[in-house]
Amino acid sequence: MTTTTLPTYEAAVAGFEPVIGLETHVELGTNTKMFCGCPTDFGGEPNTRVCPVCLGLPGSLPVANKAAIEATIRIGLALNCSIATWCRFARKNYFYPDMPKDFQISQYDEPLCVDGYLDVEVDGKTVRIGIERVHLEEDTGKTLHVGGATGRIHGATESLVDYNRAGIPLVEIVTKPVPGIGALAPEVARAYVTELRDVLRGLGVSDVRMEEGSLRCDVNTSLNRPGEEWGTRTETKNVNSLRSVERAVRSEIIRQASVLEAGGRIIQETRHFSEETGDTRPGRSKETATDYRYFPEPDLVPLAPDAEWVATLKAALPEPPRVHRKRLQDAWGLSDLDMQSVVNAGAVELIEQTVAAGATAAAARKWWLGELARRANEAGIELSAVGATPEQVAELQTLVDSGKLNDKLARVVLEGVVDGEGSPTAVMEARGLAVVSDTGALTAAVDEAIAANPDIAAKVREGKVQAAGALVGAVMKTTKGQADAKSVRDLILQRLSGS
Amino acid sequence: MSDLTRMTAVEIAAKVAGGEVSAEEVTRAHLDRIAAVDGKVHAFLHVDADGAVEAARAVDAKRARGESLGPLAGVPVAVKDVITTRGVPTTAGSKILEGWRPPYDATVVERLRDAGTVILGKTNMDEFAMGSSTEYSAYGATNNPWDLGRIPGGSGGGSAAAIAAFEAPLAIGTDTGGSIRQPGAVTGTVGSKPTYGGTSRYGLIAFSSSLDTPGPCARTVLDAALLHEVIAGHDWRDSTSIPQPVPPVVEAARLGLTGDLTGMRLGLVTQFDGEGAEPGVMAAFRDALAALTKLGAEIVDVSCPHFEYALPAYYLIAPSEASSNLARFDGVRYGLRVGDDGNRSLEEVMSLTREAGFGPEVKRRIMLGTYALSSGYYDAYYGQAQKVRTLITQDFNAAFEQVDVLVAPTTPFVAFPFGSRTSDPYQMYLADLFTIPTNLYGGPGISVPCGLSEGLPVGFQIMAPTMADDRMYRVAAALESAVGTLTPPSLEG
Repeated sequence: MTTTTLPTYEAAVAGFEPVIGLETHVELGTNTKMFCGCPTDFGGEPNTRVCPVCLGLPGSLPVANKAAIEATIRIGLALNCSIATWCRFARKNYFYPDMPKDFQISQYDEPLCVDGYLDVEVDGKTVRIGIERVHLEEDTGKTLHVGGATGRIHGATESLVDYNRAGIPLVEIVTKPVPGIGALAPEVARAYVTELRDVLRGLGVSDVRMEEGSLRCDVNTSLNRPGEEWGTRTETKNVNSLRSVERAVRSEIIRQASVLEAGGRIIQETRHFSEETGDTRPGRSKETATDYRYFPEPDLVPLAPDAEWVATLKAALPEPPRVHRKRLQDAWGLSDLDMQSVVNAGAVELIEQTVAAGATAAAARKWWLGELARRANEAGIELSAVGATPEQVAELQTLVDSGKLNDKLARVVLEGVVDGEGSPTAVMEARGLAVVSDTGALTAAVDEAIAANPDIAAKVREGKVQAAGALVGAVMKTTKGQADAKSVRDLILQRLSGS
Repeated sequence: MSDLTRMTAVEIAAKVAGGEVSAEEVTRAHLDRIAAVDGKVHAFLHVDADGAVEAARAVDAKRARGESLGPLAGVPVAVKDVITTRGVPTTAGSKILEGWRPPYDATVVERLRDAGTVILGKTNMDEFAMGSSTEYSAYGATNNPWDLGRIPGGSGGGSAAAIAAFEAPLAIGTDTGGSIRQPGAVTGTVGSKPTYGGTSRYGLIAFSSSLDTPGPCARTVLDAALLHEVIAGHDWRDSTSIPQPVPPVVEAARLGLTGDLTGMRLGLVTQFDGEGAEPGVMAAFRDALAALTKLGAEIVDVSCPHFEYALPAYYLIAPSEASSNLARFDGVRYGLRVGDDGNRSLEEVMSLTREAGFGPEVKRRIMLGTYALSSGYYDAYYGQAQKVRTLITQDFNAAFEQVDVLVAPTTPFVAFPFGSRTSDPYQMYLADLFTIPTNLYGGPGISVPCGLSEGLPVGFQIMAPTMADDRMYRVAAALESAVGTLTPPSLEG
């Protein structure tokens, strides 16, 4: 199959109804692992954050982390779920090279939280995404393939396993199938993950960094002709950015439409999304379901969250992101449309933090939605990953407000900040970009310009004030734009009228 | 033979504490005894002579400093090889773990060390505790000190034989379906399975997680009770460990030794009455019942209608859990690895490793468990077995409303000759017929010698409600006071 046979997205959604479903894995930000006391920090020398329990050594036993259970219940409550009064962990038996016990402790038919929803806004309308379940499990380790050119298993001479991540608490949030969203399916998928990320961040349960894998998404997509039953779905695994979530759904809709249009059938399978090409490729076929031989984990006692505890957790939930955003919108005095653009740019929190660091909402919005959004777009990355912090943006604005930078210089300084040259003040000083306010130097530059352009100076003296513009330009050129144009003009007029 | 090896744990501890003998002397006496007779018995897979002497010296030094010693300080203990010992080989009787030295101690081992007991080494067992004769050990069978041509019981045959052969006064066993009590019965020693969750499983290489229970093996009931107190108690590292105080088992054993059981009601399980049991075993059992009646106990017939389903339920639950617990032995991280020549796939290496590393009984149970858990069969097998387990628990609860403890023979037959049951797994499984219900219920059970049949020991089993371990020790000690202990023929010459 070549790309030339693919229909356009518009053609694909004209003929078919997409149904999507999302499975999101979130690594919890607990201090210790799910079933032992090892630290959970990201990174670290391989296999330094391990013990007999998370290595699955013979004889070791798991003990459930109460903080992880609490975080999961809070997630469930924030997603409007019912919390089980009694449930159990189960063993999911399968072989995976970086899974130490050769089974994963997860939840199966008795999840901790069930039957909730999350409302998201797309294109000005609210879409309610049903939440099937929220459950708790343990993460696996990581396999590194070395000796090959690509870092993939193919061509590698050795595979090494790092168990630092093994046993980190992992929450899986599974939506119900979302039908009836038509051409908006990719945007809905992205909006859901964005909203979910904001909810999780608001709860403080995870650092939700997609680029570090602490939030990972599997996207299910199926197509059916209008009025017919839902089609066979495919599962695109480990989609690692918001943008990719949207792209993955879009490209899978196009691919499935092309297969169906040609009279083919969709195979139920796992697919992988490629950041480079923007399309999905087949992984392992799922035509026969794997038999995980689930059974209740006998090494752990059942979970029975106390009703009073759950009520206390519910009462202490933070305000939902949607409510929070409405409050910020009012405080910032933004129109619905302006707020929408802030949300779409993923700048709510960044602006909020920039304001907290001392900038006005208008200034914060100007920088984040202007220069920085442009840079992020060019690089194809999230705004939060663009390389400037809210504190730096606030500092930049302070420099402008105090007259040390003008708007044009500030943009240059911000470029330097984004490129990692340091704080705004550091960049300004290192590059010598401050506004020239020393009148002696300015006067010299003005006199030099007048001397070099006697004809123009004569015209100004004759009262043709507009001609002064050319002299201003000349001064700005010699001061490399670091002078304030209005002061220069005033000075020129003053010199030429006074003599 | 040194007299030191003939003493009970209580006597040894008293002599060490009183300075009559050093812990090191006691330890060396037992190491000498092992050197002299273990060639015939083969109770040990690994003797840690250096570690033992070092631990004994630490006790002697502590005493020399005038510090107080625990009730078992300086007493040698043998530990079943399914329990992890830091830096000391632990194989679970399997080739697949050959050469593995765990980087950590099991909780019971930690408690043994803290109590000042001296760990002599690791005892032989059926591979992964699966078996009733110790013939399934990958390292060769253990011989019963009563008759070297007969089995010492299983899976803890090594622990029981070490005690019977005076190689150690105490040992640790594990009981999943009878693996402490049944070897105790056929070697004429005391074997006690505490309440499930009463002793920590942390560091016990799992066979069947919901059944496995570490417990004491000894030559007297009081010794067993003292060891029980040392190793029992809540452990935060085992989530199924019961957060309650240890029942007063030592006090109960001392009370029982006074020989008074007035007011104690003993329930005789009618379903066990004579079912498949040898006449000689039943005769010794009935004599013991008569002895207990003389001490004031009342015998009451009790019906436990679901006990007859205990064996099939056990042989679905235990292998199911085992199939999952043993998945980690894939040759990737520790122990044996076969066929890793750079040309074979991971799957082939795993397959070859397991083929070479697991013995026939382990393979049989992995297959059985994998099948019972597979989708489409789960409800018919594992699910059904769990329902039977609930019914058996209800039987126990109903019985304990009528009586204080239940009694039965520990095993249907005395020690059988090697090879006589290995060809028919079902015949082997019958050895645990009377012990398995207690494991499914989770309560404590103890086997005490009650006499001989055909010159071989017969065990008397006492079962109590969960966390009422003390009750069974009282009855056990009373029985011991009436019938005495058993001593096997000399192994010398």
